[in-house]
Amino acid sequence: MLGIVEQLRDKMQRTEVYKSIFRHSYQDTQRNRALQILDNVFLHLHPVRISRHATNIGFTWGMGGITFLLFIILTVTGVILMFYYRPAAEYAYDDMKYLMNDVAFGPLMRNMHRWAAHAMVITVMLHMFRVFLTGSYKAPRQFNWVIGVFLLTLTLFLSFTGYLLPWDQLAIWAVTVGTNMARATPFLGSEGPFGPELGMRIDNDVRFVLLGGTQVGPPTLLRFYVLHCIFLPLIAAVLMTVHFWRIRKDGGISGPDVSTKKF
Amino acid sequence: MSRKNFLNVAGWFAFFSFLATAVVGAIRLMVPRVLYEAPSAFKAGYPEDYIVGKVNENYKDEYRVWIVREIDGFYALAAICTHLGCTPRWLSLEKMFKCPCHGSGYHKDGVNFEGPTPRPLERLKITLADDGQLLVDRNIKFLYEKQEWSKPDAYLNYG
Ligand code: HEM
Ligand code: FES
Repeated sequence: MLGIVEQLRDKMQRTEVYKSIFRHSYQDTQRNRALQILDNVFLHLHPVRISRHATNIGFTWGMGGITFLLFIILTVTGVILMFYYRPAAEYAYDDMKYLMNDVAFGPLMRNMHRWAAHAMVITVMLHMFRVFLTGSYKAPRQFNWVIGVFLLTLTLFLSFTGYLLPWDQLAIWAVTVGTNMARATPFLGSEGPFGPELGMRIDNDVRFVLLGGTQVGPPTLLRFYVLHCIFLPLIAAVLMTVHFWRIRKDGGISGPDVSTKKF
Repeated sequence: MSRKNFLNVAGWFAFFSFLATAVVGAIRLMVPRVLYEAPSAFKAGYPEDYIVGKVNENYKDEYRVWIVREIDGFYALAAICTHLGCTPRWLSLEKMFKCPCHGSGYHKDGVNFEGPTPRPLERLKITLADDGQLLVDRNIKFLYEKQEWSKPDAYLNYG
């Protein structure tokens, strides 16, 4: 019995398809382990080796990693929600209700998306807090801190644009209140410093472009939808790629004492 | 300039002009030219149809405007909370406007008396149209804190 299983496994591991996906064996040699990481498109952003302290949860709190996991969850559940949700004023609210009441596992998907979004805002802040506490923003990691600030902003923008999509009273008024702040943008806002002097009016300033009108309306819903589902996640994904790559290029996760760093 | 050099410069010039045009075009595209919003000025019926002392809410849903009839005239209030832009509610028994968002309160004349808002509601230009109807222009605002409520079109004298 066991013989047959092993024979089959052997046969499978020798096929062209298997060898194209798993390019190296499980041989436990330094060289083979390095090659397994290097030759995989998904893993090659990782360092081939990391220092022992980098795996210590007490040091990183794993907050960057958890943030990334939440981002993946949000991407998957978000795409699933897109199968039912239509970003038009006539449909949006009803589609959300439909998802919650009549779609099998709709509430699960929507709630996963919502809770993961809330959690991501919290974890990204805790991650930033950790980086600050461990002094990991110092050279040579200052560039990654800057990338991180953009990632934090993107996370908040993702939350804000997603907030409008249920198209209920809470959504519309929360976004009304939030986007009213854009009026006060310097130079580009109709009520901001130097805005009126530069010819900014309620119907041509930065808030107008964001809303696609002078008030939160159907064009705003569509704009926020595109920002939320395409534009912002795409930029965030690119910046995360740089973020992870940069960690490795800056010598891996910073440690308690760099001079005694052992691999 | 050699021919090769010229083609090189011309090629890059064409490339960057194309790119610049596309970028400018994409930015301009984001600014809509047509709005499907209610017009800024509207006629609000005949003065005789208004009841003295009452806050008229007929034009609130579409235009976000209250029209108030006093003994000696009319004023129009923008139904936009001056805190952060929600729509307050007129509570006819309490005789005040209350905002559901953060609790700002305004007297009937639009002056604020509680909540986080820093200033009174805005008044809008109100005049009589040629056909005798009230005419409200939401584009022209009068701000209390700039002493603009005493300007001519902020209040329509009507006996
Ligand atoms: C979408 C948001 C973000 C994701 C997915 C993310 C992910 C990660 C991951 C997985 C790490 C590895 C270490 C760890 O897990 O703690 C890391 C490290 C780092 N992150 Fe982030 N991060 C994000 C936002 C930020 C923010 C907001 C900042 C600060 C402004 C920041 C600055 C850094 C720095 C400087 C490092 C290197 C730390 C070290 O080497 O010890 N990141 N990030
Ligand atoms: S928007 Fe009315 S009280 Fe804040």
